[in-house]
Amino acid sequence: MATQHSRTAARIMMTPAVFLLLVWMLVPLSMTLWFSFRRFLPLRGGDQGFVWFENYTRFISSSSFWPAVQTTLVIVGGVLLVSIVFGILLALLLDQPMWGQGVVRILVIAPFFVMPTVSALVWKNMFMDPTNGLFAHLWRAFGADPVVWLSDVPTFSIIMIVSWQWLPFATLILLTAIQSLDSEQLEAAEMDGAGPLARFGFITLPHLSRAITIVILIQTIFLLSIFAEIFVTTGGAFGTRTLTYLIYQRVLESQNVGLGSAGGVYAIILANIVALFLMRIVGKNLDR
Amino acid sequence: MSLKTVLRASGAAALCAIASAATAQDTTITIATVNNGDMIRMQGYTDLFTEQTGIAVEWVTLEENVLRQRVTTDITTNGGQFDIMTIGMYETPIWGANGWLVPLDGLSDEYDVDDLLPAMRAGLSHDGTLYAAPFYGESSMIMYRTDLMEAAGLEMPDAPTWQFIREAAAAMDDPENGVNGVCLRGKPGWGEGGAFITVTGNSFGARWFDEDWNAQFDQPEWAEALNFYVNLMNDYGPDGYENNGFNENLSLFQQGLCGMWIDATVAASFVTNPEESEVADSVGFALAPNSEGVERRSNWLWAWALAIPAGTQQADAALQFIEWATSREYIELVAENEGWANVPPGARTSLYETPEYQDVPFAQMTLDSILAADPTNPTVDPVPYVGIQFVAIPEFAGIATEVSQEFAAAYAGQQTVEEALERAQDITNEAMEAAGYR
Amino acid sequence: MARAVTTQRKAINTTIAWAIGLLIFFPILWTILTSFKTEGEAVANPPVFLFFDWTLENYAVVQERSNYMRFLWNSIIIAGGSTLLGILVAVPAAWSMAFVPSKRTKDILLWMLSTKMLPAVGVLYPIYLLCIELGVLDSRAALVVILMLINLPIIVWMLYTYFREIPGEILEAARMDGAGLKEELLYILTPMAVPGIASTLLLNFILAWNEAFWTLNLTAVDAAPLTAFIASYSSPEGLFFAKLSAASTMAIAPILILGWFSQKQLVRGLTFGAVK
Repeated sequence: MATQHSRTAARIMMTPAVFLLLVWMLVPLSMTLWFSFRRFLPLRGGDQGFVWFENYTRFISSSSFWPAVQTTLVIVGGVLLVSIVFGILLALLLDQPMWGQGVVRILVIAPFFVMPTVSALVWKNMFMDPTNGLFAHLWRAFGADPVVWLSDVPTFSIIMIVSWQWLPFATLILLTAIQSLDSEQLEAAEMDGAGPLARFGFITLPHLSRAITIVILIQTIFLLSIFAEIFVTTGGAFGTRTLTYLIYQRVLESQNVGLGSAGGVYAIILANIVALFLMRIVGKNLDR
Repeated sequence: MSLKTVLRASGAAALCAIASAATAQDTTITIATVNNGDMIRMQGYTDLFTEQTGIAVEWVTLEENVLRQRVTTDITTNGGQFDIMTIGMYETPIWGANGWLVPLDGLSDEYDVDDLLPAMRAGLSHDGTLYAAPFYGESSMIMYRTDLMEAAGLEMPDAPTWQFIREAAAAMDDPENGVNGVCLRGKPGWGEGGAFITVTGNSFGARWFDEDWNAQFDQPEWAEALNFYVNLMNDYGPDGYENNGFNENLSLFQQGLCGMWIDATVAASFVTNPEESEVADSVGFALAPNSEGVERRSNWLWAWALAIPAGTQQADAALQFIEWATSREYIELVAENEGWANVPPGARTSLYETPEYQDVPFAQMTLDSILAADPTNPTVDPVPYVGIQFVAIPEFAGIATEVSQEFAAAYAGQQTVEEALERAQDITNEAMEAAGYR
Repeated sequence: MARAVTTQRKAINTTIAWAIGLLIFFPILWTILTSFKTEGEAVANPPVFLFFDWTLENYAVVQERSNYMRFLWNSIIIAGGSTLLGILVAVPAAWSMAFVPSKRTKDILLWMLSTKMLPAVGVLYPIYLLCIELGVLDSRAALVVILMLINLPIIVWMLYTYFREIPGEILEAARMDGAGLKEELLYILTPMAVPGIASTLLLNFILAWNEAFWTLNLTAVDAAPLTAFIASYSSPEGLFFAKLSAASTMAIAPILILGWFSQKQLVRGLTFGAVK
């Protein structure tokens, strides 16, 4: 249906967005690449010339590198798992008839509006503080020793805080998908004697696969670069140093821009590996 | 909410932006500062400064970690965002040496630069030139509960040892009532737990580097110091002390949950302030401890100071503000309005000669602690660096933050003290190699 | 409704859903409650929920210390400006991808998303230097552009999924009637796409409002939004839960209220074309 004329028009209309993003990507990327090959210590004489791959070998051979990659994957994976499993359960629940559905829905999506910094501060101080936190009061009320959340179960705590922020997002997308499910199909299955689990497994879940894919894709993009939640709570201690945080430490705490830039390049590589992996699933599901 | 309302709202917002841009003052200086109590108080008095001089002041008040990140980025890139930066004793000599700060040699005679405590002045200078004026200075000392100490049947000497601290902590520890024998910093970060464990190390004769910049965490002194600290805190410290920094401990102590607390001398005015502290009338002070037979004590030296970045267009106005904020008159102004106990301490000799201030219970101990600190000679063995709770080299902040994270993991029981020391040794040597020291 | 639902079942659903909803909302509620307590009550053991002396003191202190309105305006301008600008750039792109797809359309879309994966902190120094070069540090304009670029991929993608749901037959009919490209865009597509555009606006406004890395590191006074406002209350000396809560409430209230009133549009916005 597309004519030559509209193709040209389409190309013209796409140009601004593509051009801007290209610039946005290429300028910082090329600057990162440039700095990653240089010895650049802002506090000690600034840019001191090329060292080529020294920063790369140093960053990857550092004893902090692989643990950081692992932590990144654990946190991203953990949050995805929590938000999808609980998101489906919540969506199924919210889909049921009830009184005050609109209000409940607002309550559930509210955490999505909260700034990451604020949510990390609130969780850290008002809930997870081992002396004055609400959890500590709760634990003591039941005669238990308060858990020191941020050092006893640091990764879990961070996954919990981040999941709290992203669960609403997952729930909403999944809820919209569930609401679009043809109820006749479910009824037919029920008539045929399929139990609730079977109905969920054979009809609802496949129907949700596209929505789940979207949740995974969008959330991964944001989760790979979470920073505020770690900066505020543990500062990367107790095994919560992600790759993003390690780069932050190299660039701003150690003031080694060259080394940090090399780390940035590794982070882009990791992100692209994850992205490639995602695109294979997404690509399949997006076309349906 | 329709699209139209959104559009209309943003149109109104844009108009407001234009309007507000038009009302700028003639001379305005921008000051980046930390959100500590004394600085917030200073903000409250800014109007008086503006009245006197006609110079308007914009404050950028940030939490300590964010502030450091913000001002460091700006100074190293010559961004020129701030006319005055609040920095510490660690940054000042390094930045001064790089030529990034305006030397403060234009201070007026009334300012009386010789009145600054010599230790503070030395710590904020490079090659004899002053680069930042101390707003307040501090060392560290023991704050303890006199009532609990008495109940335990002990008496705090003026200059106790770590061994006595352990004994007293055991006697005061009362888990039934939630009272911890001793509260100390364990929180990761070079300026938090990192600073505390470094001075603890000093008081056991440990040091960061030998004279050839080799990390010293494989030496027995470090093992002794760290083991002592971990055992003390595991036995008599609060749960989760690996997350506690200055602020967390302050709030614990104010709530009456600590028998002893060894920390910054500025805390003394907070813990004796009846409006904030439940134990205000029963706090005693003593010099920071040392290990038996080691001649160095575990007291540090720090100042929050005001400096003028070289990139500013408003150096004169900035200098005027610094003179005002760190002057004797400012101290008197605060004393008049809020009482002598609340003036910014530790910067001027004359403050400690003021009779009214000598009546403040913690004044003498603060001065003694500051005088006992020697940044050029922090520990027993000679070192190639300056600084007591830090090493004044640009790489230190990064290294010490990671090292303190390893230590904190040991406090939390995630690794042994030996493993933590081994990791610390590797991290430090790795970073020193990357920076070209070794 | 195909099946009758017993009142009993409905009651059970309601109870469970409300319990979970309140549980999820509780941290926000607790923050709001704490903001009306004194510092002492904020750490009281056992904690008090409703029966304390409600006070506005914390808000007064926060208002006295910082010029909240200025931070608020900056947030509104930066978030609003970047969103509107983003829509302007994204609509044509999404339109052409949806209606004149080529073999590379999907690749371009996914490539756009992948630009979001560059870790921000890695390019802080380059971008900071660039802003100095251009003289746009601490300016709202710079942040509007940067946040627009950060969110552009999401905007394009969301719009693309809406536009794709607009049936192509309508366009063909319009073309038969002699409508040009301009008419097609203005009179046919735009009205159909308004709900989608509105929800895209909302989602991106929220994302831009909450962005805390660039807005904190590239601003000082003139352009500092609410994320910088929060950074001055995050961990001061002494007890601070109540004041932190007041500051937090002030920082999230505007967006929470906006979200509350626009949740219907937002919900639609969050489908990302996931419904098929």
